[in-house]
Amino acid sequence: MSDIFEITLLSLQVSAIATLISLLIGLPFGTWLALGNFRGRSFLLSIVNTGMALPPVVVGLVVAITLWRSGPLGGLRLIYTPMAIILAQTIISAPVVMGLTAAALAALDPRLQQQLLGLGASHLQMIWMMWREARLPLLAALMAGFGSVISEVGASMMVGGNIRGQTRVLTTAIVLETSKGEFEKALALSALLLTLTYLINLALTLIQQKGHKR
Amino acid sequence: MSEIISIRDLLIRRNGRDALRINSLDIKSGETLAIVGPNGAGKSTLLLALAGLVTPSHGQITFNGKSISQMNDLEYRRKISFVFQDPLLLDLSVENNIALGLKFRSIDKDETRSRVHRWSQALGVDSLLGRRASQLSGGEAQRVSLARAFILEPELLLMDEPFSAVDPPTRAQLLKDLSNLLSGNDRTTIFVTHNLKEAAQVGGRMAVIIDGKLEQVGKPKQIKEKPVNKSVKEFLKVL
Repeated sequence: MSDIFEITLLSLQVSAIATLISLLIGLPFGTWLALGNFRGRSFLLSIVNTGMALPPVVVGLVVAITLWRSGPLGGLRLIYTPMAIILAQTIISAPVVMGLTAAALAALDPRLQQQLLGLGASHLQMIWMMWREARLPLLAALMAGFGSVISEVGASMMVGGNIRGQTRVLTTAIVLETSKGEFEKALALSALLLTLTYLINLALTLIQQKGHKR
Repeated sequence: MSEIISIRDLLIRRNGRDALRINSLDIKSGETLAIVGPNGAGKSTLLLALAGLVTPSHGQITFNGKSISQMNDLEYRRKISFVFQDPLLLDLSVENNIALGLKFRSIDKDETRSRVHRWSQALGVDSLLGRRASQLSGGEAQRVSLARAFILEPELLLMDEPFSAVDPPTRAQLLKDLSNLLSGNDRTTIFVTHNLKEAAQVGGRMAVIIDGKLEQVGKPKQIKEKPVNKSVKEFLKVL
């Protein structure tokens, strides 16, 4: 029982930190992509959009090679640690947050930016008001970012190693129990993962709907 | 009256073509200038350039004798106010929408409350202050957008066809109220319109822009009687 609690807590911690870092990277960069007017913008957007569909196993493989003892960042000794999982999950969810942030802001009236500046907003005030106006799709971007990492297994398995008490998370534990033929345990862990994901998304949806009240 | 705006040898290129070319235009402090011209003539581009939101490719715009390209961007933008064709209100209450520009300038609460009260009354939206912007009709929303611009008491008020999206009766009433507001103060106003009648009602002088070129500036009656060339004559005919 304490094992399950530990695994659940680690799953939540790792995915929450990865989502938070993705938000810190994705929100400003996505805003720059949406509001900026520079050469190569469409190309960058296409890269970010491709990144939204990054296969977790490919991310896991690249991060594992990079963090492997003989790899370029091997000296950091991060392989098979929760930090390695956070790194891989951030690479998976940052493009999701970034791409959906850019789409959310691009969907606003293009003259809104000029209107806010024309009323004397500083550039930071203008961006803040644009975020406020797009808060519902931005919250959806956050939910999608979290969803993309809480449910992934490939990258966590490859860079975390599924070590009991250290890097085992809910998804890797489900894979392990299934491979052992312990289907009941695997199903119970799956139900727990689904319930947690539902509760977190319910909370975010309630916040989103509260903002939607007119 | 001294010039608040002077434009010299202005060229603005947009999307690879000359969008606007003005050799010389002076706007006196306190005057209302109506800008007329066909669709795509460059009227909105002129307003955006005057608001510092579009950078000229060539030439100079001066504000009270200082080139706006050399002024602090934010400092300059806080001397002006812009009203677009659509109200572009934010998902806030009417009161917060009207007070938005004051919030950007960190004006204190008492002053904000007093100005919101004054300008919401002047524009006839004081009974709507508690409503969400999304609950307003088109005419009400445009009145709120006017109050949001007037409350800043700007040195230069820029309006880009502010009534073109509302129905004719609302438009007539809004125009009447705006004319009264403008005649009651000495705020410099530049008003873009398609409508010659509107231009005559609101504007002291009128400027005709056709195909990206400033063709004629003068009193509406004078332009109507003596168009400077065939393009202006043809344009006035279709209005």
